[in-house]
Amino acid sequence: MTVPTLTPRLTPVVSYPEALAPTPTHYCPGCTHGIAHRLVAEVIDELGIREDTIGVASVGCSVFAYNYFAVDFAQAPHGRAPALATGIKRTSPDKLVFTYQGDGDLASIGSAEILHAAARGENITVVFLNNAIYGMTGGQMAPTTLPGQRTTSSPAGRDPATQGYPLRMSELLAQVDGAAYVARRSLHDVANIRRAKKALRKAFEVQQQGLGFAMVELLSSCPTNWGLSAQDSLEYIRDVMVPAYPLGEFKVPETEGREAR
Amino acid sequence: MARALLKGNVAFAEAAVRAGCEAYFGYPITPQTEALEHMAKRMPELGRAFVQAESEVAAINMVYGAATAGVRVMTSSSSPGVSLMMEGLSYIAGTRVPAVLVDVMRGGPGLGNIAPAQSDYAQMVRGGPHGDMKMIVLAPATVQELIDLTVEAFDLAERYRCITVVLADGSLGQMMEPAELPPMRTPRAADERPAWALTGARGREPHALTSIYLDPEQEEAYNLELQATYRAIEAAEVRYVEERLEGARIAVVAFGTAGRLSLTAIDAARAEGIEVGLFRPVSLYPFPEERLRQLAERVDALLVVEMNAGQMIDDVRRVTRERVPIRFYGRTGGVVPMPEEVLEAIRGLHAELVREEAVA
Amino acid sequence: MQSEIVISGFGGQGALFAGQLLAYTALDAGLHTTWFPSYGPEMRGGTAHCTTIVSDAPIGSPVVRHPRAAVVMNLPSLERYEPLVKAGGVLVVNSSIVERHVQRTDLQVLRVPGDDVAQELGDGKVTNLVLVGALLTRLPVLELEQVKRTLEHVIPERRRNLLAMNLQALERGAALADPLAAAV
Repeated sequence: MTVPTLTPRLTPVVSYPEALAPTPTHYCPGCTHGIAHRLVAEVIDELGIREDTIGVASVGCSVFAYNYFAVDFAQAPHGRAPALATGIKRTSPDKLVFTYQGDGDLASIGSAEILHAAARGENITVVFLNNAIYGMTGGQMAPTTLPGQRTTSSPAGRDPATQGYPLRMSELLAQVDGAAYVARRSLHDVANIRRAKKALRKAFEVQQQGLGFAMVELLSSCPTNWGLSAQDSLEYIRDVMVPAYPLGEFKVPETEGREAR
Repeated sequence: MARALLKGNVAFAEAAVRAGCEAYFGYPITPQTEALEHMAKRMPELGRAFVQAESEVAAINMVYGAATAGVRVMTSSSSPGVSLMMEGLSYIAGTRVPAVLVDVMRGGPGLGNIAPAQSDYAQMVRGGPHGDMKMIVLAPATVQELIDLTVEAFDLAERYRCITVVLADGSLGQMMEPAELPPMRTPRAADERPAWALTGARGREPHALTSIYLDPEQEEAYNLELQATYRAIEAAEVRYVEERLEGARIAVVAFGTAGRLSLTAIDAARAEGIEVGLFRPVSLYPFPEERLRQLAERVDALLVVEMNAGQMIDDVRRVTRERVPIRFYGRTGGVVPMPEEVLEAIRGLHAELVREEAVA
Repeated sequence: MQSEIVISGFGGQGALFAGQLLAYTALDAGLHTTWFPSYGPEMRGGTAHCTTIVSDAPIGSPVVRHPRAAVVMNLPSLERYEPLVKAGGVLVVNSSIVERHVQRTDLQVLRVPGDDVAQELGDGKVTNLVLVGALLTRLPVLELEQVKRTLEHVIPERRRNLLAMNLQALERGAALADPLAAAV
């Protein structure tokens, strides 16, 4: 008597990305870094570029990003990731080089490096997580902190009269001729996460095509330093951050149409 | 290659090209800008990387990036610009990737001036970047040495996976002197990059090049590895030049331009019957400690000559434990001492010795 | 034997190139040499001076306080270098624009109307070589013929069409210096 073999009919719909190392992260519960990591890893897998990709980690919560991606990685001084990426890309033009930076890193201490990488049309991809606060050092005011937002260094709420206004980096960098693709997306719900992934894919494709500087800004949460639950944090992104930081593609390569918001 | 009349800044830049330098990142600053300009022309012509960065901060971090990719990379600058590079230098040392820096020193502090100076000895040899780190520091005295040491700097940086600094000054950068350039070396092919480099994790585990070790014990262990490298450098890479020291009662100790101009004074003093010679450290780190210690046993006095307010003299004192009288002659703020002034200092020290003998 | 030559003038008068020409010539003659420029923040119109040293032995200092010779192309340069030239040394003065006479009596002084000669030759820019031509008659470390041969291969490409005029400038300067020698 023959025993019928049971062939599983299940086809996997979700698998662990190859470009993501099987390492538990140190990120706080509810933090969107995990989502952003996964999206970048999925894009790397889908484009089949894992073995040709070099990442540059920055200083901030994502300082250990190199532990979580299964690609070659350098770790940059605070704000300098675009300069390192320039050095790598210029000497390894056949590799795909990306930086992974937070808002303190990119918009404050690294504002010169990011601006000039864009101005040079440096053929790199920048993944920029904006959660409007310094996470790693414990919740201080960032250049992206919103007016009135309380942080440990703006305890009465950011007062533009003495503490200035938030920087909208995507709008700013989209003005630069060397920037080929600049988009802002959000990670607060599934629909937006899918759009974020599309934008990330585009930002890598722009590099593959040698079109110039590409950046995707991702509105992200920081439940710990915002003092909110994970769920409330996502709502805060939707209700407070998105109105202050409009989503969209601010610069697209001339050959392509703009995707709706 | 025949000898040609070469300007220091152009000479070291071309020497780097010939040593197989694959990438140069820099920012204009007098008195080294001719090097950047030479690279701006030569590197693209050879299909190699050149970027004029937005600042020295960015330049050194581009160097850092290219170094992680495993290529021969350099930058050059002058004192205030080098101050801006301290952060990047520390990271490069902490990540153990090789890089070359040529520092064409000028008068300081602050904006100072653009005249030749040696006032960044302490910064480059004993400090500057944060952390327990060292950089090999080589001090040329002629355009030929500037060329030769630049070529060697790449080899040393790669051998020890460290930073090698060629510490020149404005006069070496600006002067012209007959010198011979080395033959053109072929740069490494892309597939010949070192095994540790970031080349894409093709068929191997991913590499992470980083300088962060949160666990102090782990950071200490890493530091001890660095220290072991520094001990190896100290054992193998000491360089110095001795001139007219045979039978000398006085040794002038001076590096770089101060060394070469002291030699003019030494010859004049010898013509007057003063037995004096020159000990010129070429590697400032590793400092030629053993040789200098032996010398201090042999001579009656040391005269340290520097184009600063007295920096290397601390190392001379430490190494010799002041067994012999040590005197100092220096000009600072970008003033280059004239050989006549050094001669006067030699005469003064000689007179001191003669007086002491008379008393004894 | 070491000779130090300072050449000094306004920026644009060709002081730096004249000094380089002597250094190139020394190299061609198999001698040791250094050329050390002043370098200032100003690009044009300031003072420019350089020191060329020629020697049969390796050269220590590329700068000296008391040069063996100075070529001064304007009054500020005369003020600066007249007191510094070694006793018995040579001082070549561009008499076209420097009216003041040399006070020191222990120098070989050559007053040469460099600008006038240059104008006659058709290019005010060759003053430097007129004065160098004169200098060489009193400072025989380098021969005029050797300088001319060197000039032929080091003249900048953009001025190559002026080579003949530059050679003439050297010769005129040398010729002028001979009879002048008796006069000073």
